[in-house]
Amino acid sequence: MEFDLALIWAGIIAFAVLTYVILDGFDLGIGILFPFVSEHHERDLMMNSVAPVWDGNETWLVLGGGGLFAVFPLAYAVILPALYMPITLMLLALVFRGVAFEYRWRTHRWKGVWDVAFAGGSMMSAMMQGITLGALVQGIQVSDRAYSGGWWDWLTPFSIVVGIAVVIGYALLGSTWLIMKTDGYIQNRMRRYAWLTAIATLGLMGLVSILTPFQDAVYFERWFAWPSLMFSLLIPLLVVFCARGLFTGLTDHRDTSPFVYSLSLFVLCFIGIGISFFPYLVPPNVTIWDAAAPEKSLSFALVGTVVLIPLILMYTAYAYWVFRGKINPEEGYH
Amino acid sequence: MEPLSAEILARAQFAFTVSFHIIFPAFSIGLASFLAVLNALWLKTRNDTYLTLFEYWKKIFAVAFAMGVVSGIVMSYQFGTNWSVFADKTGPILGPLMAYEVLSAFFLEAGFLGIMLFGRKRVGPGLHMFATAMVAFGTLMSATWILSVNSWMQTPAGYSMNEVGQFVPEDWWQIVFNPSFPYRLVHMVLAAYLTTAFVVAGVAGFHLLRDNDHQASRRMFSMAMWMAVIVTPLQIVAGDFHGLNTLEHQPVKIMAMEGHYDSHPEGAPLILFGIPNAEEKRIDYAVQIPKLSSLILKHDLNAPLEGLDTVPDDQEPPVAIVFWSFRLMIGIGFAMLGVGLWALWRRWKKALYDDRWLHRTTVLMGPAGFVAVLAGWITTEVGRQPYTVYGLLRTSDSLAPIAAPAVATSLLAFVIVYFFVFGAGTFYLLRMMSKAPGAESTKLNEGPLRTAGITPATQVKSDALDKQSRTTGADSTDKHSHPTGAQEQHDGI
Ligand code: HDD
Ligand code: HEM
Ligand code: HEM
Repeated sequence: MEFDLALIWAGIIAFAVLTYVILDGFDLGIGILFPFVSEHHERDLMMNSVAPVWDGNETWLVLGGGGLFAVFPLAYAVILPALYMPITLMLLALVFRGVAFEYRWRTHRWKGVWDVAFAGGSMMSAMMQGITLGALVQGIQVSDRAYSGGWWDWLTPFSIVVGIAVVIGYALLGSTWLIMKTDGYIQNRMRRYAWLTAIATLGLMGLVSILTPFQDAVYFERWFAWPSLMFSLLIPLLVVFCARGLFTGLTDHRDTSPFVYSLSLFVLCFIGIGISFFPYLVPPNVTIWDAAAPEKSLSFALVGTVVLIPLILMYTAYAYWVFRGKINPEEGYH
Repeated sequence: MEPLSAEILARAQFAFTVSFHIIFPAFSIGLASFLAVLNALWLKTRNDTYLTLFEYWKKIFAVAFAMGVVSGIVMSYQFGTNWSVFADKTGPILGPLMAYEVLSAFFLEAGFLGIMLFGRKRVGPGLHMFATAMVAFGTLMSATWILSVNSWMQTPAGYSMNEVGQFVPEDWWQIVFNPSFPYRLVHMVLAAYLTTAFVVAGVAGFHLLRDNDHQASRRMFSMAMWMAVIVTPLQIVAGDFHGLNTLEHQPVKIMAMEGHYDSHPEGAPLILFGIPNAEEKRIDYAVQIPKLSSLILKHDLNAPLEGLDTVPDDQEPPVAIVFWSFRLMIGIGFAMLGVGLWALWRRWKKALYDDRWLHRTTVLMGPAGFVAVLAGWITTEVGRQPYTVYGLLRTSDSLAPIAAPAVATSLLAFVIVYFFVFGAGTFYLLRMMSKAPGAESTKLNEGPLRTAGITPATQVKSDALDKQSRTTGADSTDKHSHPTGAQEQHDGI
């Protein structure tokens, strides 16, 4: 039987990016919420809730980028120059944010500096990730295997709206994660933030969905043609279902369900984007098959990937399990 | 003044960011293994000194590792942002190797790091040891893959070209195990071990100068000096083999390293020092030993060696940089050997902890490994110029279509951010190192130790233990509780 390796790989990369978004999403979200919580003790708690896992979360971003380089080198070579500035800003922001996890505990005098680095870095990288997504949806001009657009093509009202949507969406993930991991004062506080960010996220999701078909007529056709029409109807229904679950969970003071429903919202958005894009990797010109590396590269990389990804998921799950449960607000940090 | 070209700026940016990056892995590869050894020794001997040392270096490791991770993420995107043509052409070959690095190394390190740093009490000593070993193994896997990538760029093998000008794989075995890979891997891993050994020795020497009875400092000083005396000779031998391999596959690089502008049909001299003169194509004020270069490289005093006069100008690397960086690395190598032998002699005389000049020297040599690593990489990379894939793809043809002002801006941003962020990190590292292991730990020196899930009852208990251990001067609660049984039980609640 013939496998369409390029298609399988597109699925794997999509999986890596999605995993990145839902895992790093909540820990970036915690950084985004930092400025809204001013007590040192509470901030310590928030950061501690992700300290043992953030590095693993971020590694999915390296897999997304490295994977693209490995199996769709053309896409990698086109997208990164096209988005030179947002990508560079994202990387710099991640530098600040990543070191803050360690530096913050190493100083009294400069603790405030690294708090700002953590919050600003998280916000900036979320914003740039959103802008990157928005710019991809708008489409990237390619000729002769290279980017051929202008240097500011990525910066449009649409990409900025997507950027804001991602920042607020991550804040929703962060606040519902903290609802799950904390109790008492900080949990109540997070419940309030979850309400606000949930409403804003849903509003922005709606706005982006309405704007998307205007970016390219193809998107419009795709959403209203069979068989994707089925999804076009199904996805909004599922969004409504998840939104209901999320709000009920918040009202009933559930611990876990708000987080799970927020994650589901992200998954649904992601599927929606997938429907718009397919079969393009870099709309509107480069398809999955245009960008694919030769068969020998795809199969070589695939062999290890199908073994290693399940293994990674297993020990990642184990690491989460080791650090499961609530953080005790009394234990604090010393 | 002529404005700098996008090519020069992109090269400067890559060189700058990767040079910062390599400093941290060089340290954390060695330190991860050192931590695994310390932890194993503690579990085996139950000698508290090892635990004290483990806890001490663990915190330093956490900071260095964080810096390595963030600077590494930048690297993995830079192939695309600044070298997109290179990425498109070599992606089918180098991409899968880097993907394997992510899958088999980065996830492993990141996944087990949390448990190694925060989880000793949660998982018990056995699994904690396993996690520590996995982090060390992950760093070595990472070095393996990335050096395979780099070596392939130096000595490409197992490929063919397709119609759009991409390198495509023919034989993965030949690609991964390309001709210079084994030499480079051995040389780099030994370099990382030596770098760490000399940092440890420097810190130990510093504390011995203040108090030469300090048990933990003595122990780490002794361990580091054993490393120095055993690993340095291995490194010199490995370096020699590496050089012979380079002579076979990249002879032009060797000509530049040796400063051989002219061919020597009757045995080439070994130029110890001199000043490369690029205009006149000769080494000014050369101090040289006749025929020794032929002896080293060809094992024959009279073997002819070709010089750069046989190579077209546009295929030569910049001689002066390579010439100097190579000598710097070699010089440090022999200095390290000297320190190792000196310590061996003092040990034999039972005066290892009393020789203050030895301790002062090790403090001075603390950063030597980093300098040697950078010098070595500069030799390797600059010596490969003007190619990115040796002999096949020119650097000037690898560039992304990014205009010079954009590259200049991002370069400036990287310079400012890196000096600020890594400068602060280095300051914290030095401050941690300036405290003796096991000394009264201040609030600052603890990491975010407790995270989710400990019940209040346990908390009270371990807090009490903490206070107890602090008053007795140790760093961790673990030494007070036998890691079997009790510990796991209350953590499981
Ligand atoms: C995976 C590949 C890879 C690896 C592991 C390294 N490099 Fe490299 N290096 C490159 C891939 C590369 C490159 C992409 O091929 C560059 C960019 C431009 C060029 O000519 O080669 C380069 C250029 C380059 C230059 C500029 C050379 C010049 O323009 O004259 C320097 C100084 C270094 N590197 C230094 C290093 C150091 C200190 C490394 C230690 C880790 C290192 N490189 C690892
Ligand atoms: C240009 C080449 C390189 C790239 C693209 C690169 C990429 C990366 C990335 C993305 C990370 C972070 C991984 C994480 O998220 O945990 C990282 C860390 C690391 N890299 Fe590199 N790297 C390069 C060169 C090297 C070299 C030459 C070595 C060693 C010989 C090395 C060894 C390591 C190690 C051991 C780590 C773990 C973190 C640490 O120890 O500080 N890397 N690298
Ligand atoms: C004194 C004995 C030494 C010799 C003869 C030697 C030899 C060499 C040679 C020939 C190269 C260039 C390889 C190429 O063609 O690309 C090299 C590279 C390098 N050296 Fe050394 N070296 C010595 C000592 C050291 C020491 C003490 C360190 C660090 C602690 C070190 C670290 C490196 C590194 C990191 C590289 C670049 C990576 C690589 O190509 O493996 N070397 N060395």
